[in-house]
Amino acid sequence: MPQIELAGKIYEVDEDGFLQELDKWSEEFANAYAHAEEIEGDLTEEHWKVINYLRNYFQQFGIAPMIRKICKDLKIDMKKLYELFPTGPAKGACKLAGLSKPTGCV
Amino acid sequence: MSKPETPLLDELEKGRWPSFVKDLKQAAKKNPMARDLIHQLELSYKDRIGHWKHGGIVGVKGYGAGVIGRYSDRPDLFPNVQAFHTLRVNHPTGWFYKTDALRKLCDVWDKHGSGLTNMHGSTGDAILLGTTTDHLQPCFNDLSDAGFDLGGSGSALRTPSACVGPARCEWACIDSLDICYNITMTYQDQIHRPMFPYKFKIKVSACPNDCVASIARSDFSIIGTWKDDIQVDQKEVLAYASSINIQKEVCDLCPTRCMEWNGKELKIYNDDCTRCMHCINLMPKALRPGKEKGASILVGGKAPIVKGALLSWVVVPFIKLEPPYDELKNLIERIQDWWDENGKSRERLGELITRLGMRVFLKAVGLPAVPQMVKAPRTNPYVFFWPEDIQKEVK
Repeated sequence: MPQIELAGKIYEVDEDGFLQELDKWSEEFANAYAHAEEIEGDLTEEHWKVINYLRNYFQQFGIAPMIRKICKDLKIDMKKLYELFPTGPAKGACKLAGLSKPTGCV
Repeated sequence: MSKPETPLLDELEKGRWPSFVKDLKQAAKKNPMARDLIHQLELSYKDRIGHWKHGGIVGVKGYGAGVIGRYSDRPDLFPNVQAFHTLRVNHPTGWFYKTDALRKLCDVWDKHGSGLTNMHGSTGDAILLGTTTDHLQPCFNDLSDAGFDLGGSGSALRTPSACVGPARCEWACIDSLDICYNITMTYQDQIHRPMFPYKFKIKVSACPNDCVASIARSDFSIIGTWKDDIQVDQKEVLAYASSINIQKEVCDLCPTRCMEWNGKELKIYNDDCTRCMHCINLMPKALRPGKEKGASILVGGKAPIVKGALLSWVVVPFIKLEPPYDELKNLIERIQDWWDENGKSRERLGELITRLGMRVFLKAVGLPAVPQMVKAPRTNPYVFFWPEDIQKEVK
């Protein structure tokens, strides 16, 4: 299992860099990991709005929400979502939020 | 004599037909990824199980689609295919390439990937098979420099595709190439940034022969057709009579039996014709599609995953299709909005219509119920009464 070191702590991740032990997630983890998802500078309030929304939804339903739902509930559009998370909501945002890897379809 | 390394795969090289094993072995001489791929496949055949893990989330900057992550579950044995991601490259409409463009594409892929490609499956895109995560962004940059872009994957609008249409085919009733290109350019955002409940495919066939199998392979099928009568050249029909049995091979095989042949003249009852193309395909010199051309729009087709295969069914019997295709695009957007709003995660359009009912779908997207929508006689007559209509009658 690959490991990464962020802010002095070791985390186990999968091949795509998704956190394996979900209970190890912390705000420090997200902050320190942001640069790997092409986010320049620190996470802003807008980033946290998305991350917290994803975490709440995941805790409630056990899956990541559909992207349209994120946009609708947070009142942001896709363009904004990709501006905040340049590697995309499924990859970037879910990874920083410490969600398990969304099961994609080819 | 040494023992063959891949005895099971070698079986697939026997016989006169082309073999992907031969191609893989050729690629393996140059590329270690291709070499490990062969050996992993041999092991899969031996173990009777695929040795790829399910899914992976990788991508390039700004895009949520176009790359499909793939990892081996035996990287200890096959380190060169530990990561073996696929790139979907948006194909040129109708799959027309200059050799120069193909060379560029292959050069990029030799530089960044396994050198193995897959062109073209029914997805449409040029599929580049096998690269590592580190190579994704540089490969995408090189592809962009060569004039290529990625296609759709995941819950996105998939790369629209079209038949060769008027560029190569005499039966084209619509300009499938232009329509496909126009749709592709209009919906770049939906292709690159997945936002739907699941995949959404649009395919355009220029005539009812449906060479891109849009009826079976797309959620939104655009199929060229005509409104008036089949054009008949009786002299040429007579000429065919000397080489084929018109009664047996043409009239008797017409699914609606809408033609009569008296040995001298072919009579077509056009009102009963369902545009199956059989007679036209058989006697191309004698029969042609009518002059008033346009398209039928069908929705709901899909392959078997999740709830079973569906064929698209008619929702618009006839629509004129000319640039800028506003009416068409407006319909696509109305349908996508409804599906997006009501669809569950991983529910295709056809499945949603089946779940909520055709009358709900038609009302939501503002389409009138018409007889052409009947899928099979006496099964679904589309006679719709809403509770308020019944109330009105009672009063």
